Amino acid sequence: MWDYTDKVKEHFLNPRNVGEIENPDGVAEVGSIACGDALKFTFKLDENGRILEAKFKTFGCASAIASASAMTEMVKGMTVDEAAKVTNQDIANYLGGLPEEKMHCSVLGREALEQAISFYKGAPVQAEEDKIVCECFGVTQKEIERAVRENRLATVEDVTNYTKAGGGCGNCHPLIQEIIDHVLAEAGGALPSMPKLSNIKKIKMIEETLEREIRPALKHDGGDIELVDVVGNRVMVATRGACSSCQASNQTLKNFVEVKLRELVWPELVVEEVSA
Amino acid sequence: MKPVYMDNNATTSVAPEVVEAMLPYFHELYGNPSSMHSFGGQVMKEVRKAREQVSALLGASPEEIVFTSCGTESDNTAIHSALSRHPDKKHIVTSRVEHPAIRAVCAQLATQGYRVSELPVDAEGRLDLEQYKRALTPDTALVSLMWANNETGVIFPLEKAAEIARERNILFHTDAVQAVGKIAIDLAKTPIDMLSLSGHKLHAPKGIGVLYLRKGTKFSPFLLGGHQERGRRGGTEATSSIIALGVAAELALKNLEMENTFVKGLRDRLENAILSIVPNTKVNGDRTNRLPNTSNISFEFVEGEGILLMMDQYGICASSGSACTSGSLQPSHVLRAMGIPFTMAHGSIRFSLSIYNTEDEIDFVIEKLPPIIETLRGMSPYWKMGPRLCGQG
Repeated sequence: MWDYTDKVKEHFLNPRNVGEIENPDGVAEVGSIACGDALKFTFKLDENGRILEAKFKTFGCASAIASASAMTEMVKGMTVDEAAKVTNQDIANYLGGLPEEKMHCSVLGREALEQAISFYKGAPVQAEEDKIVCECFGVTQKEIERAVRENRLATVEDVTNYTKAGGGCGNCHPLIQEIIDHVLAEAGGALPSMPKLSNIKKIKMIEETLEREIRPALKHDGGDIELVDVVGNRVMVATRGACSSCQASNQTLKNFVEVKLRELVWPELVVEEVSA
Repeated sequence: MKPVYMDNNATTSVAPEVVEAMLPYFHELYGNPSSMHSFGGQVMKEVRKAREQVSALLGASPEEIVFTSCGTESDNTAIHSALSRHPDKKHIVTSRVEHPAIRAVCAQLATQGYRVSELPVDAEGRLDLEQYKRALTPDTALVSLMWANNETGVIFPLEKAAEIARERNILFHTDAVQAVGKIAIDLAKTPIDMLSLSGHKLHAPKGIGVLYLRKGTKFSPFLLGGHQERGRRGGTEATSSIIALGVAAELALKNLEMENTFVKGLRDRLENAILSIVPNTKVNGDRTNRLPNTSNISFEFVEGEGILLMMDQYGICASSGSACTSGSLQPSHVLRAMGIPFTMAHGSIRFSLSIYNTEDEIDFVIEKLPPIIETLRGMSPYWKMGPRLCGQG
C-alpha cells in the first residue's frame, strides 16, 4: 500500500473544487486515459486579475486526485503570473509530500496549470518544436528536460517517477539517460541544490518548525524564542525567558535552532538574534 | 473495523484448525526431524503425515511431495531443474499471463541464450491449444503453464496441455498456486511432471510451499544442503509450517465442494448484482471456465486505486489491475495480454472470496460499491465524454 500522507488522503476523500467552470478564462486538458491519469483544469479570474475560481476533473489514482485538488486550492487568489510560478514541488509540498513513484501526479498538476495559463494568454499550447521520447506515455524531450532541471533528477528511474517516461517498454531508457547527461552537462555538472521555495511557504515552514521542534525544547529549560522576520535566508529571532539572559543562548541558536531549521526547512538558512 | 476480506487470491487467513495444529511445534515439540533422538523423531512422523495429507489433495504419492519455502521457490526450482537436466535444449514454452515467479525467471533466461515462447491468450484469457502445439519443438526443454490465473481466475485446459507435452516427451510444469484447493486436481490421471503450490493461498501460513515432482522425473535441486526432502531440497524442515500445510490440505479437500457451491454462489451473486446496478462494467475473463471464488470486474472511466482506497474506508479488501496499484506504470500484464482496452483495464477490481465470507458481506459490498463508482465517475473527465489516446495531451 502506498504511504500517503494524511493530507493526500484527506484531499482524495474530500476533494476541493471538483467540476468544470463554464466559459472559463483558462482551460487545459493534460494526460490521457491510456497513460492512466488525466486532468481537466479550468479557472476564472475576478476583475482584479486574480484567480477567483479553479476547478478540476481527474481520472487517476488517489494522489492524482489529491494533487489536482491541492493545486486548485493553491492558485485561488493568485494572479496569473503568481500562479505561473507554482512548481510541481510546491504542489507536493502542499500535500506534505508524495511517494517518489507518484511525483508524476504533481507534475500533471503543474502541466495543467501552465497550459491553462497559456490558453488564457492566447499562446499556442505547444509552440516549440518538441520530440516524443517515450512512445508508451507520449512524453516529450522538453518535458523530461524540465523535470530533470527542476527536480534535480539523476537517474532514469527518477525520470520515470516524475514524468512516467520510460515506465512502459523501456526502449527509451538510453535516450532518457542522454537527456539527463545533457542537462547535467549544461548545468556544469551541478544543478541548483534545492527546488525553489516560495517566501510565504518558507516562512510558514519556519513557523511550524519553531512551534513543533524548537519551542517545546527551549520551554523545557525555561526559555523561549519568537520569530521576528525572515529576509531572504536570514531568520531573525528574539530570545525570551531564560534564553535572553543565558550566556550560551548564542550557541543554542547556532547549534540547535539553525541546525534544525536547515534540516527541516532550507539548507541555507542563517539564524540571527535581534532585540525586539 | 472488521475487515470484509475479499482478497483471498493475494493471501488467506490461516484456518483456526491449522493454527491449533501448528502451535505445539514452536515451544514444546521443537525437535529437528533429522535428529536421532525420539524427541526429534516424533516430529518426523508428523511431517510424514503432512506429506500424506498434501499428496491426497493432489492425487499424488507422498514421496512426490517436496516441501519448499513458497510458490516462488517451487517455480524457480522447477524451471532451473528442467533446464539443467536437459542442457542440450534451449527452448521454453510458457504464456503471457504467468505469475512473475515464472515470468521473471524466463526473462532472465532469455538473456542467457534461451529462447522463450510466451503463448498469447484471447480476449477472454483463454489459451489456443493449436497454437500451443505449434510452439513445441524438439529443442523445447520445458513447458510451464499456470493452472488458473491469479487475476481473472481463468482456468487453462491443463490436462490436455500436459498430454500434448507428454506425447512429445517434453517436461511439463504448472504453477497451480491459485488452483489447488479451489478446483479438483488429480495428478494420478494428469501427466504433469512438476507442480507448484503455496500454503498461504489455502489457509496455511505464509512461508511454506510444495513442489510436486512426479516419480521418475529427472531433477536437480535448487537449494543444496542436507539430505532433507530426500536430497531434493536442503534446509531444516519448517516443521510447524509443514504440519500446518498438511492440515490445511486436508481441510481444502474437505471444503472443495463448498468452494464450488457456496463460495461460487456468493461470487456469482456479487458479480451479477454489481453488473446490474453499475453501468459500463464488464467481467474480465472466461466466465464459464473460471475459479469459483474469483471475479475480476472493470469499471469504465475510473481508476482502480481510487476504488480500492474508498472501499478501504469501509474495510473492504480487494485488489486492482490498475497501473497505480501495481507499482509499475502500466495496467496488469494479464489484462494487457487479453487486449482489455485502457478505459477498462485501469478500472479493474478483483474480488477473490473464500469459505469464510458471508452473505452479509456480499450485501455490504453490493451496497457500498455503486456509490463509490458514481463518486469517482463524477470526478472523471472521461465519464460521458469518451477517452483520448496517449500522447495527444
